[in-house]
Amino acid sequence: MLDLASWTSAIHTWLLGLVPEWAAILLECVVVALLIITLYAVFAIVLIYMERKVCAFFQCRIGPNRVGKWGLLQVFSDVFKMLQKEIINMRKSDMFLHDLAPFLVVTASMLTFACLPWNKGGHIIDFNVGLFFMVAVSSIGVVGILLAGLGSNSKYPMIGSMRAGAQLISYEISIGITMLTIVALSGTMQISEIVQQQADNGWNIIRGHVPAVIAFLIYLIAGNAECNRGPFDLPEGESELTAGYHTEYSGMHFGFFYLAEYLNLFIAAGIATTLFLGGWAPLHIAGLDGFNAVMDAVPGAVWFIGKTFFVIFLLMWERWTFPRLRIDHILSLEWKYLMPISLINLLLMALVVVFGLGINV
Amino acid sequence: MDSYNIMFVILAVLIVCASFATVLAKSVLRAAAYLFFALLGVAGMYFLMGYTFLGSVQVMVYCGGIVVLYVFAILLTRGAKDKLSENTKQKIFASALLSLTGLGAFVYAILKANLLHENLFRPEPLYAPSEEATISINTIGRHMLSTDVNGYLLPFEAVSVLLLACIVAALVIARKR
Repeated sequence: MLDLASWTSAIHTWLLGLVPEWAAILLECVVVALLIITLYAVFAIVLIYMERKVCAFFQCRIGPNRVGKWGLLQVFSDVFKMLQKEIINMRKSDMFLHDLAPFLVVTASMLTFACLPWNKGGHIIDFNVGLFFMVAVSSIGVVGILLAGLGSNSKYPMIGSMRAGAQLISYEISIGITMLTIVALSGTMQISEIVQQQADNGWNIIRGHVPAVIAFLIYLIAGNAECNRGPFDLPEGESELTAGYHTEYSGMHFGFFYLAEYLNLFIAAGIATTLFLGGWAPLHIAGLDGFNAVMDAVPGAVWFIGKTFFVIFLLMWERWTFPRLRIDHILSLEWKYLMPISLINLLLMALVVVFGLGINV
Repeated sequence: MDSYNIMFVILAVLIVCASFATVLAKSVLRAAAYLFFALLGVAGMYFLMGYTFLGSVQVMVYCGGIVVLYVFAILLTRGAKDKLSENTKQKIFASALLSLTGLGAFVYAILKANLLHENLFRPEPLYAPSEEATISINTIGRHMLSTDVNGYLLPFEAVSVLLLACIVAALVIARKR
C-alpha cells in the first residue's frame, strides 16, 4: 500500500532547505487549500452530471445528451452561465447577512470535506478528536442557512430556513449516535486510526456485525436528510416554496448553495465510506492471498473515491425513489423511530464490544 | 514574531472587533451574526492552545447550537422591526454600574494573582504546545467518568439532572392546554 506520508514529509524537508519554517508551513497550507478547492469544484461538476443521468435513468428518460458527447459538456455550460449572471441585491433585505450566508454554508462544507481520509497518509485535517471536529464544523452550515432565510426578508426563504433548521438539528442527533456506535467499536475518534484499523482487521460493517449494519442503514437515511435531499428536500420544496431558503439569491451566490448541496452529498457518502466501508482500505477476503495482493496494488485514493461514489449512488437511488415527506412526518420519523433505534443500537454495539463478539477478518 | 504569535494576534483582533460589533449592532439578527464570529474566534484560541476537544465543543455547542437557538428565538419573537429599544437614563446608569463592577473584579483578580509584573510592557512571546502537552480525548473521557480524586463523575451526573429539569420544564410550558 502506497503511503502518502512519506511523500509529504519529503516535500516538507525539501521546502525547509529553501525557506524558513513558517514560510514552508504557510506555502503548504496555501497549496493544500488550492488543492481542496479544485477537488471541490471538480467533484461538484461530476456529481451534477451523475445526478442528472441517474435521475433520468430512474424516471425512464435519457437525460442530458445534446451538449457534447453524451451531454458531457452540459454541466460546464451551466457553470459558465451561472458565473456570468449578475448578483442581485434586494432593496429591503439585510445586505450584510444576505451576502454572508452562502460563504458560511460553503466554508462549513469545505472544512468537513478537508477531514476525509483520501489515502494512507493522505488526510488533511487529522486530530485526536477528528470525527467530533467534523460533526462540529458541519453544524456551522445550519447558521448559514438560517441567516440566508432571515437576511432575505422574504416569506418563502424564511419558511424554508425554519424547516431546514428544524430538520438539520433533528437529524444531526441520529447521525451523531451512529457515529458514536462506530467510535465505540473502534475505540478512537481519529479518522486515520479508524481507517487503519479497518485496513488491518476488516471493514467495520463486517467487523461490527448486526449493529454496524443497522447503523449503516440509519446513516443512509439520516445522511440524505442532512443534505436536504431525497424524500427530505422540503426546505427547498419547489412546488410550495419556489426554492426555499435560496429563493432570493442569484448568480454565484446561488451557485455556492448549489455547490455546497452536492458536496454535502459527497461528504455524507465519504463519511459513510470512512466509518463503515473501510475508507481507503482495499477489499480483502481471508484466504485468497493472490486476490488480496491484486487488490493491494490498486491505490487507496481509487478505493476511497470508488466506494464513495457507490454510496452516492445508493443515496441517489433513495432520493429518486421515494416521494417527498411532510414536515411533521419527517420530524416524527426522526424523533419517534430513528433516534430510539439508534440509541438501542448503540447499546447493542457496546454489548458486542464488551463481550468481544466483533469479527476480526 | 513567529506564525504562532501572528495567528494569536489575528484571533485576538477578530474576537475584540466581533464583540464590539455584537454590542453596538442596531439589529438583533446582526448582533447574533457578530456573536457567531466572536465565539468562532474563541474556538480558534482553544485550537491554538492545543485543546482540540474544547475547541470542537465550542464550535458545536456555541457556534452551531446557541447561535442557532438565538436565531430561532429572534425568528419566533419578531416584533417592532427587531430594532433595539431606546436607551433610557436608568438603563445607561445600570449598565455602566454593571460594567464598572465587572472591570473592577477583573483588574483586582489580575493584580491579586501578580500576573502583571513587567510583562504588560515587555510581553514574552507565546510558544506552541508540544505533542505531549495536548490532552487526548481518551484522558478526558476517563476523567469524566472516574470516581477518583481527579474524577468528574458527580458533576457530570449533576449536570445531566439539570438538563432533565430543563426538558421537563420545556414540556410543561409547551403542553399547557
